[in-house]
Amino acid sequence: MSRNKLNYLDDLEAEAIYILREVAGQFEKPALLFSGGKDSITLVRLAEKAFRPGKFPFPLVHIDTGHNFGETITYRDEMIERIGEKLIVGYVQDDIDAGRVIEQKGKNASRNALQTVTLLNTIEKYKFDACIGGARRDEEKARAKERIFSVRDEFGQWDPKRQRPELWNLYNGKIHKGENVRVFPISNWTELDVWNYIRRENIPLPSIYFAHQRDVITRNGQLMAANPALNMDKDDVIERRNVRFRTVGDMTCTAAVASDAFEIDDIIDEISASKISERGARMDDKVSEAAMEDRKKGGYF
Amino acid sequence: MDILKFLTAGSVDDGKSTLIGRLLYDSESILQDQLEALQASNRKNDDGTIDLAILTDGLKAEREQGITIDVAYKYFQTEKRKFIIADTPGHIQYTRNMVTGASNADLAIILVDARKGVIEQTIRHSYLVSLLALQHVVVAVNKMDMVDYSEEVFNNIVKAYQAMAAKLNLNEVTYIPVSALKGDNIVHESLNMLWYKGKSLLDHLETVPVAIDDSTDHARMPVQWIIRPQTDELHDYRGYAGRVVSGSFKVNDRVTVLPSCFSSTISKVEFFDKEPEEALAGMSVTLHLQDEIDISRGDILVNANHLPIVSQLIEADLCWMDTKPMDTSLTYLIQHNSKTTRCKISDVLHKVNINTLEKVPADSFNLNDIGRIVIKTAEPLAFDLYQDNKANGGAILIDSRTNLTVGALMFRANAD
Repeated sequence: MSRNKLNYLDDLEAEAIYILREVAGQFEKPALLFSGGKDSITLVRLAEKAFRPGKFPFPLVHIDTGHNFGETITYRDEMIERIGEKLIVGYVQDDIDAGRVIEQKGKNASRNALQTVTLLNTIEKYKFDACIGGARRDEEKARAKERIFSVRDEFGQWDPKRQRPELWNLYNGKIHKGENVRVFPISNWTELDVWNYIRRENIPLPSIYFAHQRDVITRNGQLMAANPALNMDKDDVIERRNVRFRTVGDMTCTAAVASDAFEIDDIIDEISASKISERGARMDDKVSEAAMEDRKKGGYF
Repeated sequence: MDILKFLTAGSVDDGKSTLIGRLLYDSESILQDQLEALQASNRKNDDGTIDLAILTDGLKAEREQGITIDVAYKYFQTEKRKFIIADTPGHIQYTRNMVTGASNADLAIILVDARKGVIEQTIRHSYLVSLLALQHVVVAVNKMDMVDYSEEVFNNIVKAYQAMAAKLNLNEVTYIPVSALKGDNIVHESLNMLWYKGKSLLDHLETVPVAIDDSTDHARMPVQWIIRPQTDELHDYRGYAGRVVSGSFKVNDRVTVLPSCFSSTISKVEFFDKEPEEALAGMSVTLHLQDEIDISRGDILVNANHLPIVSQLIEADLCWMDTKPMDTSLTYLIQHNSKTTRCKISDVLHKVNINTLEKVPADSFNLNDIGRIVIKTAEPLAFDLYQDNKANGGAILIDSRTNLTVGALMFRANAD
């Protein structure tokens, strides 16, 4: 006897829950990297489905650049209150103050690159052996080849040539002391899958994902939120427009898109019709064709 | 709408990347900025059209060498299905990558160059597909434009392939004449081959049935994690969390816990805020039992009337995946579903020449070697034969010195 396979969202959900439970079963000190973006919010819901009515077998870890949108931090704190789990925050500002990193200067200055150092310090401080992240393979070409269990050396480096084969549903989480594993439970989801899941599960999101009025400037053809963290000069013209954000990163490197999508249904329609992929709205990937691969080798999420 | 996972097997020369690129391009699955990056990358075909192959070439080293050396996953969706493509390299030195891609695929597209027909590489790819027991095979006879879209050329290739497929027990084989470069029969039906009455490749991928094995005989759930809140109100709560890898479980089903062999009855199927009647293959759930039994991660819950094999001596097919050769004097780790234990390779039976399918005597395995061995495990494993139930019949070998995954195992017989 046989039946059709599960509906695609149920299938993706079951796989992600399976992966989260493998993390719980295989590691001593895992953590879930929470950025405040929709992908990590989805991970939190999946963790609830994997472990309730028990507690999560890991804390949430947020690397705070100090350049987050206020809405993200508000959302984060309300969510932690609601789910009753532990949150650890690593501050990029602490590493700047301690002189471990130097803040970039100039018009396109961003703390995006600095957060890698804070992330690695936080991993070392708490001795995390596995960090769960919300990266997806459809985001970028280098990610398309990354494993679901991706081993990093003690410098956080990813070596694309030394990846372990991943067969069936068997994830090898064996590591040496000092190494850790980045785990990506929603590797096989696309942007549209995440949105459809959020709609189906009725998961609340930070308000900046939805269309709102905001002061923006146009830089390199992209709309950037006018804000104190962005180094602006007299050439920058501020306009007030209806915009929303497709990803939630730093205010310095996350571009808005002009949008009238006020509800989740509008967003799904917009993405279905969209001709710009999600990372196309991230200036940090535009630097070179191999930008993501280089950053991942250096320990980025 | 469900998910079809498929693998593409072929080498660069067969136009494999072009075929995937064409599938994405013609089904309008390429986004504007990716298209811009494509145009900016300066790689063009001889006739000046965009080189679609670049869409699937991920890593810098690969771009420099112009070959695919790993497994890249690509995603696209139509109104009928969500597709996950495992794009794997075709050269013999990347056999392990193809095995990896095949382990998770429902269907394989095997590319055959219309000018060359069934060659050594075709045999190798087909062997791997049969070894990993994929449900469906599509033989895409590519570069039909180079043979004047000849029906005769196509028919001869089909005949040659059928003869080989019979030896490999490949059943569900579909043959499609295509030109990835020109777009014939990829998404749109070809006007150049009106003699071909079948479906285009995409049409076939959208409609080929993919089923789960939901027979209760094969009910198997490896336990990954025990949920025990130990709060005042949930003091006695004890849930066994895992993914049903095959078959299905219902409330009141009799189940046995292996390897301990205790039996009990399912009292509840739980999924977050729901209590479904039935846990189907593929679902991640929490099962509750009527009796209090000592169960931990690595145990497996199975249908009490249809037990899998429990043994410490197993005959298996092995694909060796490490640059260091197999060492029969070493103790390796074996990971089978949620269970990990130590093991030794107690006997090497033979290797297979995967280009000719001949069995050859062997005493060790090198990278990409495939053959038959016997392993002895430190603790008993509860497994099914791979050919009967692949969800509970595959395992990996781990080298405990390097922690690398060094082998893929398909259990073929109880050697005890």
